[in-house]
Amino acid sequence: MSSEHEQSNHAANGDHHHPAHLAHHFETPEQQFESGKLGMWVFLATEILMFGGLFCAYAIYRGNHQDVFLYGYGALDKMWGATNTVVLLASSLTMAWGVRAAQKGQQKLLVAMLIATFMGGVGFMCIKGVEYQQKWKHNLFPGTMNAFYYEGGQAKYPEKLKHAIEFIDGRNSGGEASGGGGHAPAGHESTDDSKPVEHSDTVEADSASPVIIPAVFGAPADVSTIKPPANPTEQGVLDSAIDQAGDGSTPSAAHTQILWNDLSGAEQKKVHLFFGIYFMMTGLHGLHVLIGMVLIAWLTFKAFKGQFSKDYFAPVDIGGLYWHLVDLIWIFLFPLLYLIH
Amino acid sequence: MSVIQDPVNAGVTSGQQEPGGTNYINHSKGALSWLLTLDHKRIGLMYMVMVLAAFLLGGSFAVALRTLLFLRAAPDVAPMTPASQDLYNQFFTLHGAILVFMFIIPAVPAILGNMILPLMLGAKDVAFPRLNLLSWYCYMAGGGFFLYVLLSGGLDTGWTFYTPYSTSTNTSVAAATLGAFVLGFSSILTGLNFIATIHMLRPPGMGWFQMPLFLWALYATSVIQVLATPVLAITLLLLFAERVLHVGIFDPALGGDPVLFQHFFWFYSHPAVYIMILPAMGIISELMATFCRRQIFGYSFIAFSSIAIALLGFLVWGHHMYTTQSAMANAVFSLITFSVAIPSAIKVFNWLATMYKGSISLATPMLYSLAFIWLFTIGGLTGVFLGSLSLDIMAHDTTFVVAHFHSVMVGSMLTAFLGGMYYWWPKMFGKMYNETVAKVAWFLIFIGFNLTFFVLFVAGSQGMPRRYADFLPEFAIYHKISTVGSYVLAIGLFLVLYNWIHSLLAGRKAPQNPWGGNTLEWHTSSPPPHENFIEEPFVSEPYQMHAWDYDESIDGYVFNRARAEELEKQGHH
Ligand SMILES: [Cu+2]
Repeated sequence: MSSEHEQSNHAANGDHHHPAHLAHHFETPEQQFESGKLGMWVFLATEILMFGGLFCAYAIYRGNHQDVFLYGYGALDKMWGATNTVVLLASSLTMAWGVRAAQKGQQKLLVAMLIATFMGGVGFMCIKGVEYQQKWKHNLFPGTMNAFYYEGGQAKYPEKLKHAIEFIDGRNSGGEASGGGGHAPAGHESTDDSKPVEHSDTVEADSASPVIIPAVFGAPADVSTIKPPANPTEQGVLDSAIDQAGDGSTPSAAHTQILWNDLSGAEQKKVHLFFGIYFMMTGLHGLHVLIGMVLIAWLTFKAFKGQFSKDYFAPVDIGGLYWHLVDLIWIFLFPLLYLIH
Repeated sequence: MSVIQDPVNAGVTSGQQEPGGTNYINHSKGALSWLLTLDHKRIGLMYMVMVLAAFLLGGSFAVALRTLLFLRAAPDVAPMTPASQDLYNQFFTLHGAILVFMFIIPAVPAILGNMILPLMLGAKDVAFPRLNLLSWYCYMAGGGFFLYVLLSGGLDTGWTFYTPYSTSTNTSVAAATLGAFVLGFSSILTGLNFIATIHMLRPPGMGWFQMPLFLWALYATSVIQVLATPVLAITLLLLFAERVLHVGIFDPALGGDPVLFQHFFWFYSHPAVYIMILPAMGIISELMATFCRRQIFGYSFIAFSSIAIALLGFLVWGHHMYTTQSAMANAVFSLITFSVAIPSAIKVFNWLATMYKGSISLATPMLYSLAFIWLFTIGGLTGVFLGSLSLDIMAHDTTFVVAHFHSVMVGSMLTAFLGGMYYWWPKMFGKMYNETVAKVAWFLIFIGFNLTFFVLFVAGSQGMPRRYADFLPEFAIYHKISTVGSYVLAIGLFLVLYNWIHSLLAGRKAPQNPWGGNTLEWHTSSPPPHENFIEEPFVSEPYQMHAWDYDESIDGYVFNRARAEELEKQGHH
């Protein structure tokens, strides 16, 4: 029931102490602050559902094409991924610190923390850029440009494919930290008796490469002759026994050492799918980081002009929520793409 | 039925008049004062113009596709050619895509919600007026993409964009997906705004259970808009990537799974059906109470059934995929689909109970609510048929399904929307419409709609597939009748448009409260002032209408505040 008391209160607000930052349709700064915060939480819910769809697609394709993911993941660089995780976590810390500074009215600290957070975003994007560039170098683009792209059952770019296989096989067989120098997978060829004969020919013809190239190039009929290893798990265990110490005892960990020839002919044609999903997930996330950086730049500008105070820090608080969500999504992306074997 | 007369002084009865008699429409002038407005009412009006334009465009495609089918039924007139078959594919796709994304989904929330929601709360605006304007611009941008589609090869995938066809056709799928994507943002922003507004801007004295039921319905709708639309966004983004880059996610030739697209699409698009129908139900609750001059029967049942429908709506998407998924999934989805019938039926029974022993006035809005109950019952019950596996496998992709969902998404939604438009028209523009013309138009729409779609139930049950440009001779008669029905429907709708334009140009001045409703929008002038209320309105039970007295001299109702306070005290014993 509206009472006379509220009406006079309202009228007074209209005339006198209506703070500059209080929009005309709110009665009190608290109401405005709570509304903004609720709005941002609802928006974050939409973001979670949007990425949720992407995570769902990831889970389904990972389930459907287990080996494709295990193989493709070798192209990613754990070290860069981990570094980026640290960078983003640190920027979340500075953001939270900045919110605290805003609440306490510490202007200079607020500006410093916002700049630090922004720099965290810059660092993240730079590292992501380095990673993308590495993929570019090996023609691991999303879609039809991908080195692993097949068209009508044939590799679209045989030369690029060969190079990409070298790259990933090299990393998967233990050259991870070296960033692409292809070690010979010790004992790999000799233990694998399920390979078609053509393979050894290919290897001999291309002696610079220790990697086994299937004979699909120029001979589409051969696709059908490439069979999956008789017992992929056994093959994987062998590899892991050689290359990996520690947790190599679990069967799933054994899969990490998967090489091109461990993939069935059908799976080989789907490797590009991994990169499609990788670029969709990290690309959409990167876009969110960029949006977050614009937001933080705007906050920094306002903070620098001294527009925030103990009584008015809502944009910092609400912008911080967004930044934390972007961080949180990466916390899920990182293990899903880089770590899970 | 209210008496139509032309009183000289149809004035405002309380102090809700701006000095100088300005209102939100003439408060400021110039194109920029509209294009940059933050006033929810003006944004509502701008939405109205664009959404109705989209309705006209999409509706024209609907009539065009029916015309092609009529010509097929009378081949001597114009035999069907491959070109006309392509044209048919374009017409049914564009009618679906434009009407779904640009008319049915935004119509009630973006027009009537924007216009009425803050008024019903006694608030000055929605919580985020800038986001509200942004949402309109998103709508415009989405509309721009669809216009581009029209001019650049059209679209022939059906509004569902099913893969793998949508990744291989030569029509403008990429632009259409981007359009729907941007329109989705418009929808999300509206929903987000309404949720925050309803939470934060309720006036003192209005708890959740003193809210008008239209607000409960808009709240439930907003929850769906906010939670389901992002999934459509990512789906369309993936489809766009598939289309442009061929990443392979939905393309079986590249290792992808086209059925995953169906899951994603319906995860949004089934709840989207409730984005269309829930706010329509909210309107019906308002109309039932006002025109039966009675406290609504079962308030909390209606309120909670809105929430129940919104939540259950997220769990039934698989009923669109009975032919593409496992038997176990089918059984589960079928069961949950049946359960949606419960809250839906609760609403219908409560409306009927409200009418029972009410003093019903058959004004135009009430006629539309009766049409709604008729069409919703037909659409809802056939939905239960289709939810059962054995029948759906037979009826899948027949015109039976078309008739079912048009009864709900179009018939029910459209009648509620038109009823709501007539109901709030005097509030929005301060003008009355011609009651006789309105009733004739209602009759044409009701007959036209039933004629168009009832025969499609029959044809579908006999095996007429949907989305087919061609058919066996025995279906010709149904298609002829259906097309004639669509013409009648179109004439009725044009008559509505004529009546509205006539009302704007020459309508009688509307009183503050022509119907005697007690929700807060009736406590301000018609049209409302710039900031909605000059003095804060008296908040009481939303359907307590006994404090309003009919005044013949203005053909409207006058508020008796002393009695309202007395009634309020009694109400709280
Ligand atoms: Cu459905």
